[in-house]
Amino acid sequence: MPAGSAVGIPLRRLLIRSAAGAAAVGALCSTGLLRPRQVLAAEWNRAGFTATSLAEALKASGATASVESGAITIKAVEISENGAQVPCEIISSIANSQSIAVFVDKNPMPLAASMSFANGALPRVRLQLKMAESSRIRVVVKTDDGKTYHASREVRVTLGGCSA
Amino acid sequence: MAEPIKIRALLQGDSTEIRVLLQHPMETGLRKGSVTGEMIPAHFITMCTVSAHGKVLVSAQLNTSISRNPLFVFQSKGLKVGDRIVVAWSDNRGEQRSDEAAVLAA
Repeated sequence: MPAGSAVGIPLRRLLIRSAAGAAAVGALCSTGLLRPRQVLAAEWNRAGFTATSLAEALKASGATASVESGAITIKAVEISENGAQVPCEIISSIANSQSIAVFVDKNPMPLAASMSFANGALPRVRLQLKMAESSRIRVVVKTDDGKTYHASREVRVTLGGCSA
Repeated sequence: MAEPIKIRALLQGDSTEIRVLLQHPMETGLRKGSVTGEMIPAHFITMCTVSAHGKVLVSAQLNTSISRNPLFVFQSKGLKVGDRIVVAWSDNRGEQRSDEAAVLAA
């Protein structure tokens, strides 16, 4: 058998297989099961996430004029032994809450996460933060009308999580 | 290939608890490798969405300060047993992963 066809057959098969794969993905897209735009729905807030000071991060998140609110609950341990994984629960009881942003004041990059909720999702989340050192965790909630509210909570960390 | 996303959705009363475990190293880019002593490049999930019925319930943007293999717990109304929950993420290197699970009765 000539060398060319030995290479040619698997290549042809591969092309057929990938064409079938692409068609399958296409079918999924059209039925709404797989929507590539869902992941890319909003642009990653690069300015906010790469900001190295809290003031900059708040500014890039449009959260400089937030009002302190008692309707935001932050549940976290007072002292965390492991800064690589600090569990934290955030619940907003503010009407028409649309998004929750989490800042760790003293982390190298304070903005840790920003989440928006829609279509029945409740404005609450449990997540696991890395904390470089003892710091205040600040939560900013944005409502449908663009108003921002914040609450904060101190967490002491005995072993920093920056190197983890 | 990225590790699968572990999803568990339980209907409790009128709201569904959606637990999502994203298996990812979430490297900060600030850490040195123990063997080579060289900086390990940043590798972390930047975007994550939770959807049902083709609609996005939660859209999250994340930074390096989310833990390794992070667990997220969300709550949503308007779901019933058997509904498919789709979770998808993409990271700073352009890797992506999407998995789904059905809502179960608690």
